[in-house]
Amino acid sequence: MGEFDFSIIIKSLPILWSGLLLSLQLFGIALAGGIFFGTLLALARLSSFKLLSYPAAGFVNLIRSIPFIMAIFWFYFLTPVLMQKLTGQQGEAVGPFTSAIVAFIMVESAYYSEIIRAGIQSVPRGQPWAAYALGLNYWQAMGFVVLPQAFRNMIPIMLTQAIILFQDTSLVYVVGLKDFLGAASKAGQLTGRIVELYIFVAIVFLVICFGASKLVKYIQVHMDPTRQRALKKDVTLNGPGWAPGGGI
Amino acid sequence: MDFKFLLEQAPSGGMTYLGWMMSGLMWTMLVSISAWIIAFVLGSIIGVLRTVPLRIPRLIATTYVEIFRNIPLLVQMFLWYFVMPEIVPSELGDWLKGTYPNLIALPFAQFSLWEFSAAVLCLGLYTASRVAEQVRAGIESLPKGQTNAGLAMGFTLPQVYKYVLLPMAFRIIIPPMTSEFLTIFKNSSTALTIGILELTAQSRQISEYTFRTFESFTVATLIYIVITLTVIFIMRLVENKVAVPGYVSQGGH
Repeated sequence: MGEFDFSIIIKSLPILWSGLLLSLQLFGIALAGGIFFGTLLALARLSSFKLLSYPAAGFVNLIRSIPFIMAIFWFYFLTPVLMQKLTGQQGEAVGPFTSAIVAFIMVESAYYSEIIRAGIQSVPRGQPWAAYALGLNYWQAMGFVVLPQAFRNMIPIMLTQAIILFQDTSLVYVVGLKDFLGAASKAGQLTGRIVELYIFVAIVFLVICFGASKLVKYIQVHMDPTRQRALKKDVTLNGPGWAPGGGI
Repeated sequence: MDFKFLLEQAPSGGMTYLGWMMSGLMWTMLVSISAWIIAFVLGSIIGVLRTVPLRIPRLIATTYVEIFRNIPLLVQMFLWYFVMPEIVPSELGDWLKGTYPNLIALPFAQFSLWEFSAAVLCLGLYTASRVAEQVRAGIESLPKGQTNAGLAMGFTLPQVYKYVLLPMAFRIIIPPMTSEFLTIFKNSSTALTIGILELTAQSRQISEYTFRTFESFTVATLIYIVITLTVIFIMRLVENKVAVPGYVSQGGH
């Protein structure tokens, strides 16, 4: 059994910290982009225009049936090519970070669109009908009536997916980015003490993700942002001691 | 787009690039299926333990799930492959890294059995925590009366699980378990970080050798899609075959 030397972590803190910052940055941008494009994808999938719904469904199912790493490789390869086509400039190199961001936004928008689609479908059909009956157009009905309710229903599952996304940011290791794990790996190569560094990374992830999942559970139970609270009131009304058929 | 290069002779292994792709597929399947066996058996046990009315086993099972769920798979992969041999007694560590039976003699394998074992162990133990949650959810979805009725009939608790709860729960959770298998199948690509040349790794290797990145990624992607669709199709058949009459189909089929 080798000797442990955890002082190596103190020495490597600057590089680990910059790695963690890169992970958090990637996480934040991918989360915002994933939810934004995921919403558009979900609306496209639920659209009655087949020209919109079929490509959206195709994209989501395609991304969901290949490994995350395969998707990262795809966008890592495609982003510079597409950028060149769009800007028309030759040799304009797109950095690995930009490519990774594009890959993460694309993949997360596919995952989030499934969650958001379920959320939209959980809103009773009468809501958009009522909105249309009041004279609201499609974007008004979606933006002011359906989506606010859908997002409230989805908050716990979206937060859970955010925790998974945070864990998945470690996959950018495969394209050589110095995220938290990549930084630990780099520091390990420099110091020759990979064991302590990987254990440290595992513990930090465990603490963050476990803490976050407990927080999500707390939000779910205590701050219940959904209409469940109203439903629970009904349940207590319907509980023991209340005769069915009584009341009003 | 030109896929003819797939039939050209690859620089090593005495086969074509298509052969490389197929050997990648073979390793993807071998890693996924071996890991699935571990995940299914261990996950079922832990899932059951999370529902039993005994404090200590439930605590152990919950701790297992929380630990394996909250560390990224890639980090776990490195823990098994790089860290584990260093923290076990050094003779065992050396044996794992060096003299452990080797696969290199086998066809298509450019890595050792230790790498394969680490990948399978990692994926299996990680997915076990996810399977455990599905098994627990399946058991908890059954009405409490089923357990009570079983106990009232004079069954012991293990008998209640064996004859009443599990036969129902396992049939209910076929759809989520199918997606867990597809997850392990996709997650097996993380094994490329420790040197397993599975499908994703092979497609990248081929693109590096031939500069036909688009074609090579397209082939790998199509293989993933075909397998995903096949698994979904087979599991639908299984689901219909074993459906509990009037129970699962209540979902509105």
